[in-house]
Amino acid sequence: MNKRLHYVIDGDDFTSAGQASGDVKKVLKTLGVPSEIVRKASIAMYEGEINMVIHADGGVIDVDIMPDRIVMALKDSGPGIPNVEEAMQAGFSTAPDTIRNLGFGAGMGLPNMKKYTDSMEIDTKVGVGTTITMTVKIV
Amino acid sequence: MEGRSHSVTLEVEKCKGCTTCIRYCPTEAIRVRGGRARINSDLCIDCGQCIRVCPNHAKQAVFDQLQDSMGRFKYKVALPAPTLYGQFNNLDDIDFVLAGLLEMGFDAVFEVARAAEIVSDYSRKLMETRALTYPVISSACPAVVRLIRSRFPSLCTHVMSIKSPMHVAAALARTEAMEKTGLARDEIGIFFISPCPAKVTDAREPIGSMSSEVDCVVSVANIYKPLLLRMNKLKDGDPRHLASSGIMGISWATSGGEASALLEEKYLAADGIENVIKVLEELEDDKLSDISFIELNACPGGCVGGASTLENPFVAKARIQMLRRFLPVSRNKYEEREVPPHIVDWHFPLDEQPTEALAEDISEAMRKMQEIERLTAELPGLDCGACGAPSCEALARDVVAGRAKENACLFVLKHKLGELFEDAATDALTDAEEDKK
Repeated sequence: MNKRLHYVIDGDDFTSAGQASGDVKKVLKTLGVPSEIVRKASIAMYEGEINMVIHADGGVIDVDIMPDRIVMALKDSGPGIPNVEEAMQAGFSTAPDTIRNLGFGAGMGLPNMKKYTDSMEIDTKVGVGTTITMTVKIV
Repeated sequence: MEGRSHSVTLEVEKCKGCTTCIRYCPTEAIRVRGGRARINSDLCIDCGQCIRVCPNHAKQAVFDQLQDSMGRFKYKVALPAPTLYGQFNNLDDIDFVLAGLLEMGFDAVFEVARAAEIVSDYSRKLMETRALTYPVISSACPAVVRLIRSRFPSLCTHVMSIKSPMHVAAALARTEAMEKTGLARDEIGIFFISPCPAKVTDAREPIGSMSSEVDCVVSVANIYKPLLLRMNKLKDGDPRHLASSGIMGISWATSGGEASALLEEKYLAADGIENVIKVLEELEDDKLSDISFIELNACPGGCVGGASTLENPFVAKARIQMLRRFLPVSRNKYEEREVPPHIVDWHFPLDEQPTEALAEDISEAMRKMQEIERLTAELPGLDCGACGAPSCEALARDVVAGRAKENACLFVLKHKLGELFEDAATDALTDAEEDKK
């Protein structure tokens, strides 16, 4: 048995950014997933969700919770990432000042997503969009 | 876990089963069943919110009664929480309060504010080691610590593993009393004068150690009247110099007081249980990495907003502010000599006690969650509380756990009754028609 969750992320609404990851956190706690794993998964998803709002004008997130792992797929039709290697470096940021003034865009999004997950795949094409698939192991 | 002791009880005859409390309980620990409120002791964190909101004053905190307890000891020490000082109009000297306590029959007073200064000093040194998990969360509010343990278990390591000023004051007060009188431990009674019910539980079942040196906990509200009578009989110039705390110590009574005593500007102070929950959510999401210290108080305004105080928290806060004018910053005499760490340190770390999981096994929890979602969709979604659960989803959870029936919902019941009536009416009509034939 598994638990599937689907979210549509609004790219224009900063006030609701983080709602999807907040919901996933609640579901994981209710399912009795160990607290450290809940924390890792929800931080990684929160970073991804914020990235979608900042860079890609929103997108969709599918979360598949299985007894042994959590798979989170974040799909957008944004600008794509021209240089993944560069984007993965801590501190690298293309966020405009307006976003930085809100406390985002510190260039820790992708590095944190990688840090808090057991595996992360980035499928991106400039001008087409980005799909990031992250897996966090439960056992 | 079952039967864990709590300080909140219900006066059955006063409870009307009105469901106000179930909506305000931050851990959804209360249900109204059979026309009265029942608390699930596994979920209750003793925050006192239900006591504060009950329109019928049916929720009460169980404190020790002063008259009964005083006779049990040869030598009695009063430990006033600094919140007590904010309850009196036109008070300009803390010595009046302390002298009033002595007039009531206490043999000595040990201000909790004095212990607060020792704890502040100790915490400052701990923070300087940089060997903690940052941001560090204060462990002073027992309701907050219990909330973290059950709802935010991944944050247990952030909680500073030291005792609250109440426990430190009790330990030091007993040692002082034993040295002064030569009496045995159990001949000395340590009485904490508390602003909140959470401290009653904390004195009986302390977090982080096996036992507490606090013998009795009496509430600020209960001691107010007899104390005021004694204070009014004191003459000017009567009170001796009894006060031994400064601005730092008494500021612990209000939100932000503990944090500012750390002399660390990267702090956050939140008060009121809903705000506390919001901050903990943010911390859990790793959003507060620029903060060093987090002070959280379950009650609005800090301890001055405790459910067992009398004065409005804003007024109490203003009075404490005025009392501070003539005080030194700190009167901590322990600054020169070290406080023994065993007096302040927790003896064991905070253990995670998550309460949110539907089942131990994830697959089983998923099955239950599916069932809860199916049931919730059938309920009206009004969260009216008439069934005795705080929300439709909570009722669905209760049904799946076998603690309630779906027709506890008035809408479901009405629908079912409607069907029954319709069936009965159709049957009756058919019978009548057949009779005609």
